Amino acid sequence: MFAFCVEPDLLPQWQWFACYLTSGTHLAFYWSFLVVMLLLVVVAPLALGMGMLGALAVRSRFFPLSWLGKGYVNVVRGVPDIVFFLFVPIALGQGIEYVLHQINCPDWDQPIRQGNDFIVCREARFPGVNASAWARNVYAFGMAAIAFALVFGAFVANTLHGAMQAVPRAQIETAEAYGMTRGQSFRRVVLPQMWVYAIPGLSNIWQILIKATPLLFLLGIQDAVFWARELGGAKTSLYTYPHPDWRVWYFLVLLVFYLFLTWISERAFGRLSDGLSRGQATAAGERQRRAAA
Amino acid sequence: MRTCQESFDAYFLRPLGREFGENLLPRGLEITLCDQIFLIGGGLIWNVYFAVLAILFGFFMAAGVALAKFSDNPWLHRPASGFVFFFRGSPLFIQFFFFYSAFLLLPRVGFDIPLGFVTLTIHTSALTTAQVGGLIVLILNTTAYSAELFYGALRSIPKGDLEAADAYGISGFTRFRRIIWPTMLRLAWPSYTNEAIFLTHSTTLVFLSAFPARQQSGEAFYYARYFVDQTFNPFVAYPLVGLYFVCLTLLIVGIFGLVNKRLNSHLPQAARARFRFRPQYVR
Amino acid sequence: MKKLVLTLAALAFSAGTVLAQDVVRMGTEGAYPPFNFINDNNELEGFEIDLGNAMCERAGLTCEWVINDWDTIIPNLVAGNYDTIMAGMSITEARAEVISFTQNYKYGDPSSFMALAGTDESVIESGVIAAQSNTVQAGLVAESDASLLEYPTPDETIAAVRGGEADAVLADRAFLAPFVEESGGELVFIGDQVTPGDGIGMGVRQSDNELRETFDAIIAEMKQDGSLNELLIQWFGEDTPTF
Repeated sequence: MFAFCVEPDLLPQWQWFACYLTSGTHLAFYWSFLVVMLLLVVVAPLALGMGMLGALAVRSRFFPLSWLGKGYVNVVRGVPDIVFFLFVPIALGQGIEYVLHQINCPDWDQPIRQGNDFIVCREARFPGVNASAWARNVYAFGMAAIAFALVFGAFVANTLHGAMQAVPRAQIETAEAYGMTRGQSFRRVVLPQMWVYAIPGLSNIWQILIKATPLLFLLGIQDAVFWARELGGAKTSLYTYPHPDWRVWYFLVLLVFYLFLTWISERAFGRLSDGLSRGQATAAGERQRRAAA
Repeated sequence: MRTCQESFDAYFLRPLGREFGENLLPRGLEITLCDQIFLIGGGLIWNVYFAVLAILFGFFMAAGVALAKFSDNPWLHRPASGFVFFFRGSPLFIQFFFFYSAFLLLPRVGFDIPLGFVTLTIHTSALTTAQVGGLIVLILNTTAYSAELFYGALRSIPKGDLEAADAYGISGFTRFRRIIWPTMLRLAWPSYTNEAIFLTHSTTLVFLSAFPARQQSGEAFYYARYFVDQTFNPFVAYPLVGLYFVCLTLLIVGIFGLVNKRLNSHLPQAARARFRFRPQYVR
Repeated sequence: MKKLVLTLAALAFSAGTVLAQDVVRMGTEGAYPPFNFINDNNELEGFEIDLGNAMCERAGLTCEWVINDWDTIIPNLVAGNYDTIMAGMSITEARAEVISFTQNYKYGDPSSFMALAGTDESVIESGVIAAQSNTVQAGLVAESDASLLEYPTPDETIAAVRGGEADAVLADRAFLAPFVEESGGELVFIGDQVTPGDGIGMGVRQSDNELRETFDAIIAEMKQDGSLNELLIQWFGEDTPTF
């Protein structure tokens, strides 16, 4: 990157580091942090949406819907996310290609599964055969986002359902006494009040989601953990910048990054929790009232 | 080809060590479905070991940390907050790596603890094994997450309950035991169930990061990866380990659900009209 | 008649363009110097990268490299994510059941034990040996009486020997050689080399006969005219066995 980086072997200490830290692979390392944050920004609303749908389904009095909700929540919560991440992209990718195959190539007479291989016609390949590397990266990222949203949506559904149940029964009875329908009492009484009970669980899930992003490298995405392992490992003179095992330092950087994300999230959730506790008849609300008095 | 009975005898306890089953794991073409079922199932023993001990130790440690974090005393509040922040803030993957590196640096000595009738020798080298070192990391991790949940629940205790306690003159440890502790558990329980499930699933990461598998003894997911590598077919081993974990999760949900019922039994539940069989015997 | 000729020409032309258009995706690991690794400019470099590019040029194919980690490299080939594997993969019977291999383009790499200087050779039979999980070497150690210690990545196996967790590490000699050389006498090879397998070849799907034959023919060609030997010596040194 700098002009003096042409002959790295001859450079003094800090110049060597300047060149080392701005090498192509390091720039990819810095970029991967943004990829991680982008994934979080994409997955959070998706998971929240799926969770809300799931919680409503579980609460529903329409039997099949309730079973569907419970099935989704229990099965997805039941499988470790790492198994999900390793299995779902392959299965989903093959599923999409299978569907495209049925649509685009109705006259294909050979079986799709030939021995161990999964073969579909050219038009069914997704992303297309000549798709650019960028398109493939977006596709891989999309698969990762779907896998994450599916997994965390189930946990969010469980938390939201618990929060809905935690709203004191007296509130719902009062609403019924006033003649509100079940839907109205839900929208006007339960939904606004459930957030204070949901927030600790949701903040926990958010934190877990942040910490689950290191598993992205299993999905073939070059995320921060991938680069930390790659760059930190001992490098012999085959490389331009040889160095011993520096993984501790790289993981330290990752540690600081994740702690920083956590700190910001905690500040945000703390503010949210305080705002929701104000005026509430809970221990925290009481503390605020006493502090203000 | 091995029969299922032979697979069971050879592999079910193999995850505990070479002495408990067939020395070599099944290879390549000789792998049968029963091999996968029993070896992965046997690996669950370690997952259960990690999960049960981590939840047990973690529960009590988390209660302490949560109370410390909730207290007004800065000497309790600050360290508790810092601990929770650090262990919630970093990925488990990285925690395993750092702790393993730190345990590696410890001098390899044995501590003799005289218990009177027998002397217990604890070797620091045990810390680099997954069974001890990995367990320690899992305990610390779940303590932090659970402490945050309990802390949130402590903040959500209804004000009316505390005022009623004051009105009755209940204070100190009795107040804690009868009002604060049960209410905190009740409010935190659904999220704590979540945390227990997450922890159980995290036990699959123990052998993925830094801790080595000794003599090819690992947990269920380690064996699932082994089979996928040997048979190149992810469509058997991964669904199998998924199925095992679904059963394990349902077990946890069931047990925790029973506790949840007990915690909520004093509250009015949504009444469900029960069908009463009332035949008219006498007109 | 004219129509027939035109149609045939059109078909031949389109077939040719189809072949020319379709990119052949080559899967590799990118973490195994000197076979394949990611250099500091974030580009793939290594013996197999050079070989693969040379082969594609000779075959008139457009090739694109794809990085995939080791554990899922074969399942993803079979699922169609890429078309070949060039990742220092040894030709073994177990693998040949699932995928097809071309002829080998490198003789099997011997595996060696590496340990701290002064380690007694008896650890090979009875000590603690580190190896990367799910490799041929791990299987070899498991078969012996030594106690196997499996790590997820090769770096950790070396760190284990350095830290005293393991008595020795068993891995490909070509991979360990730079560590021995640059350790200044701290790390040494001990014991005998373990006999190599059938060599390193390119993996393709079993149903992809055409692609396999194309590359097979090119490897044979490169063996004949010496260009393969040139690449081998360039990356592995003068001592490497050549064709």
